[in-house]
Formats: sequence, C-alpha cells, structure tokens
Amino acid sequence: MTPELWGIVWLSLKVGGVAVLGCLPVAFALAWLLARGRFPGKLLLDGLVHLPLVVPPVVTGWLLLLAFAPAGPIGSWLESWFGVSVLFRWTGAAIASAVMALPLMVRAMRLSIEAVDRRLEQAAATLGAGRWRVFASVTLPLSLPGILAGTVLGFARALGEFGATITFVSSVPGETQTLPLAIYAALQMPGGEAQVLRLAGISVLLSLAALLVSELIARRAGRGLHVL
Amino acid sequence: MSFDLDLTKRLGEAEITCRIEAGEGLTVLFGPSGAGKTSVLNMVAGLVEPDTGHIRVAGETLFDVGAGIDVPVAERRAGYVFQEPRLFPHLRVRANLFYGRRGDIGLDVDETIALLGIAHLLERWPRTLSGGEARRVAIGRALLSDPRFLLLDEPLSSLDRARREEIMTLIERLRDTVKLPILMVTHDREEAARLGTRIVEI
Repeated sequence: MTPELWGIVWLSLKVGGVAVLGCLPVAFALAWLLARGRFPGKLLLDGLVHLPLVVPPVVTGWLLLLAFAPAGPIGSWLESWFGVSVLFRWTGAAIASAVMALPLMVRAMRLSIEAVDRRLEQAAATLGAGRWRVFASVTLPLSLPGILAGTVLGFARALGEFGATITFVSSVPGETQTLPLAIYAALQMPGGEAQVLRLAGISVLLSLAALLVSELIARRAGRGLHVL
Repeated sequence: MSFDLDLTKRLGEAEITCRIEAGEGLTVLFGPSGAGKTSVLNMVAGLVEPDTGHIRVAGETLFDVGAGIDVPVAERRAGYVFQEPRLFPHLRVRANLFYGRRGDIGLDVDETIALLGIAHLLERWPRTLSGGEARRVAIGRALLSDPRFLLLDEPLSSLDRARREEIMTLIERLRDTVKLPILMVTHDREEAARLGTRIVEI
C-alpha cells in the first residue's frame, strides 16, 4: 500500500463515517416518524425519503449543487453565517453520501422500530415508566440491532457513492476523490490498470466487510429476542 | 370502596359496558370470551381510554370524563399481570422483577421471590423460561412495583396444579393481609368461587 492509496482509503472511510454519523439522528427521527407517527403527508414524506434510492444519482447531485451553491438557499446561508462552502470539499462529499445512504438507513430502522412489541411498552408503562424511560429501556434496546444494521448498511452505501458525489463536489484528489471516484479517474488514465485493480480490490473488501457486519448484527437480533 | 367503575367503550361493532361498585377484597370479572373483560382491565390500567364514565380505585379518581381527569398509565400504580407474561426479552429475570421497583414496599422482596418459587431463575433470560415460570416472574414483577391495586388477567392459567395452589394462597394473602384491592379475570368457576369476595358477570 502506497501513501497515495492509504490517502484514498482514509478519505473514503472519513467521508463515509462522517456521512453516516451525521445522518444517524436524522434517519432515526424519520424512521420513528414513519413507524409511529400519524400525520397528514406521511406518504409524501415516505416518498421524499426514498427518492434518492430511485432518482438517478446525477440528479441528486445536481439538486445538491443547486442548494449548496453560493447563491443557493443552503449555500448562501452557510456562507453568510459560517463563511464556509462545502463545494469541492470533503464535507460536500459526506453530504452527498449521507443523502444517498439515508433511505437505506431509514428503511432498516423503521422496520426494527415497527417490530418492537407495543405490549411490552404498555407493560413498562404500567410498571411506572414514563415516556422517556419506556423509550430508553424498552424501545431503543429492542430496536438497536436494526438501527446498527441499518447504520452499517448506510456506511457500505456511502463507501460506494459515486454519481451524486462527482456531480456535486467533483473529483478533487485528496479532497473529494473517494475510492469509486479514484477508480474512475484511474480508468481514464493510460496505464492505470494496476491502480484500478488495487483500488477495486480494496473497495470490494471494504464493502463486503461492512455487509457482513450488518448481516451479523441483523442475525443476532433475530435470535430469541422476540419471545414473549 | 375498592373499585368504583362505570364505563362504556365502543370497540368496533361491540359496546362494552361495565358497572362495578365493589368493596374490599377481590372482585372477579366472570364471563364468556369476547365480553370485554380484558378491555375493562386495560381501561382501569389506563392503556385504553373509555368513551364515557369514571374509574375510581381505593378512593382515588383515575379517570373521569366529566371532570376531565385521566391519570397517566405510569402514575396509576396498577400491578397488572397480563394474560401473556410480557417479560422484557432483553433483560434477565432479575432486571425484569425490579423494573418497576419503588423504594420500600409492603412486601418483603426475598419472601415474595421465594413464595413464587423463582429464586433460582434470577440470572436466566426470559426466553429460557417455561410458561409457568414466566407467569410467576410476571406476577413477581407486578408485585414488586409496589402497586396500589392489582389487575390479574387469568393469572392461574398455564400453571400446574401444585403451583396453582401456591399462587392462589399468595393471592388470598394479598387480599386478606396486604389488603390490596384486586380485580381479576377468570374463566374458571372454582377459582372464582374460592378467591372472589364477589363475582361480577360481564
């Protein structure tokens, strides 16, 4: 492994990690709303959350670009309040990855929240547990495996993010050029085959590891946790 | 007056009405399946909101449509033994038992655990318990939460003969010595006759 290769892997892990950690509370809140909430427009919210899953990633990237451009609604706000821009920065890559990972995370978390037996929550309430204690001592621990599995799955998705990222923040070596983008860049280069092979190999290994971890957590969750 | 209930609740096609003015002791709710006995317990516990009427237990109003009173479930301090054990699967038996524990209680903890015959189960996971064991843990969990009254939904089903006898003795003791108001649902006439201070058909 050359320092250059390490740099790419490290950047990918950083972008993926920040994306998923930043996405986690949002995904959980959305999953909770969709699993337990009853409000008008729920179907629409469900659709919006899932949009990045079905819209061409290049469209998602373009929409992000419009929003975060200096003149865009979020971009101008970031600029005037914090004096920062995420364009061509790794933070922008993390935002693109987060948006693309969101639907997968929400889906997994929603299923696990829906699978929590409400009767157990009722039992906790009769034993004197208020809303927060019921959530912290019953709902959260019982849905935790699904939340973790969803997070790891989201991380795997973030690692593979390409279309939205390259459209939104371009492919800047050392800043936004994550594994998939580096592979694409190496493909464009004459004599880049060896580099492509190495990067692709690393990419497959990382994704496989993340998927296996996600699967293991999900299986553990299935074991005996739903016996009344 | 232990239980003073006057309730109506529409559930789909069926309408449940229940009127009880019971003095001290154990009140048995007796009736065919689907008559809404469990729904009555749920309303007293605060899990289901009645459409009209009031719920007073041991002199305290827990629910009253007219007065706009609806005490939250967690503050009613019902010792509710559900039809299914409803043990928390991610907590060991010990943690299940002490989940609702509130300081000192009228019952001795070790004695209660011994009486229920669950002392050897404390470190086990709920999924490894037999039906009867889980039931006894569920009864213990309700008792150790220092309830002001008990709601028992067929507490003796799925217990073997010897254990049934022990639990009945325990219930009698709670009724006569600890003087907890008890509302119990059962299908069994013999059980109803032995434990009930009065029987309400529903």
